[in-house]
Amino acid sequence: MSQTSNSLKKRKKDLTFWQKIYIPEIAKGLALTFKNMVRPKFTMEYPEEKFIPPPSYRGRPVLVLEETGEERCVACGLCSRVCPALAIEVQAAETEREKERYPEKFEINMLRCIFCGLCEEVCPEEAIVMSKDYELAFTNREDAIYGKDKLLTPVSQLEDRIEFLRKYK
Amino acid sequence: MSITEIIIISLIKIVIVLGITLITVAYLVYFERKIAAWAQNRIGPNRVGWQGILQPFADVFKLLLKEDIVPERANRIVHAIAPMIALFVAFTTYAVIPIGPNVNIFGYDISLVVADVNMGVLYVLALTSLGVYAITFAGWSSGSKYSLLGGIRSSAQMISYEISMGFSIGGVLLLAESLRPIDIVNSQTNLWNAIVQPIGFITFVVSAFAETNRLPFDLPEAEPELVGGFHTEYSSMKFAGFFLAEYANMVIASAMIVTLYLGGWHLPFEQSLGLSGIWLTVAQIASFFVKMGAMLFFFIWVRWSIPRFRYDQLMNLGWKVMFPLSLINIIWVAAIIMIFN
Repeated sequence: MSQTSNSLKKRKKDLTFWQKIYIPEIAKGLALTFKNMVRPKFTMEYPEEKFIPPPSYRGRPVLVLEETGEERCVACGLCSRVCPALAIEVQAAETEREKERYPEKFEINMLRCIFCGLCEEVCPEEAIVMSKDYELAFTNREDAIYGKDKLLTPVSQLEDRIEFLRKYK
Repeated sequence: MSITEIIIISLIKIVIVLGITLITVAYLVYFERKIAAWAQNRIGPNRVGWQGILQPFADVFKLLLKEDIVPERANRIVHAIAPMIALFVAFTTYAVIPIGPNVNIFGYDISLVVADVNMGVLYVLALTSLGVYAITFAGWSSGSKYSLLGGIRSSAQMISYEISMGFSIGGVLLLAESLRPIDIVNSQTNLWNAIVQPIGFITFVVSAFAETNRLPFDLPEAEPELVGGFHTEYSSMKFAGFFLAEYANMVIASAMIVTLYLGGWHLPFEQSLGLSGIWLTVAQIASFFVKMGAMLFFFIWVRWSIPRFRYDQLMNLGWKVMFPLSLINIIWVAAIIMIFN
């Protein structure tokens, strides 16, 4: 009790006369808000004007498609193993080409994905990277499971993320 | 003028005043949101119509379509009456506020006020104190503790600030020697009351903020502590009633401040402007609305600048600061009258 009254006394002492009559302080506060009213706005009017994230942004994970039209993925399954949300499913298959293995089926369940980026970190081939795509909306659960058709993205679109990974990974 | 002519003219005035009021209230909500956004470096509503200009209509339409919920433990009749009282009080008060000098239209000398009563100020005071019933009834009849707390706070707050409000008006009445709003406005032709009695002006403005339950005195609806206070249990059009009444009260408070302290429709140095006849009237009516708009902007501006008072601070301010200050103001005005007469 005595402590509170002491601190109260001290605070009253700290206030000057002009602070105690409130009005100059209120005027100061009003001036501050008015200054903010005429300042430029931060709002980004989303559907018309879109946010372009920096390379460090972790958006929807995608598979890299080489310029030759081949996918980089060798279906080692590491991403699927490391995924903490169990969102990735990979089924490997073999070909006669130089790079023997490829994913026959590669599915990411976007309802499970937590955008941690571990798949990208663990990938030995730089085949799965996080894109800048953040517009993920589905009307039913089936749509949320992205197969190879949706995941494969040309390498030209992912260059700055790959560069970022080489620099900081 | 025959009796039918008086009735017709009064009806036209009522329709015009009510129309202006409803539109002002609707757009006040819009500007509140806009100014709130600007103060926070945002843009504000801009999707419905050009720059969001149709937003108020979208809001009303939404409220109309909402389900009207009455709590199980509520007193149904009082619960329904409370928003009606709030709206009734809010809209009847406009009757005595003059927006301009007498004008001559088609040979009729028409005063730009719905009812030119000789005790208009008293009428406004009486009706605004009825407004406290709306809030206390709403709080009590909802059968919820949050609402009840809001209602109790509101009645304590309104009664406390009504006193300093009444005494601040005392100073104005001493100068005008009349309770008639038109006389009060005319008494300020040369010098506004805000300049003659600055203390009274400040106490009246502060009391007006408290009476309209605006921030920093919005304790009856304090969202963080009381969930919404007296209107926690209201939904749909009943809620809209309170919402409209709150903003209508703001318009009245601004109109009263302009009438009592800022010279009503009078322009500063209006004789030297050299305007004649109809143009002077137009300029005067415009000046009334500009002043009122400025006061409304001030109301919103303060809301987004100053945080809410604590309950004990509110009572301290009301009884220990505003009440003595309004008394000092009366003495000040009396002294001025003594010296200059």
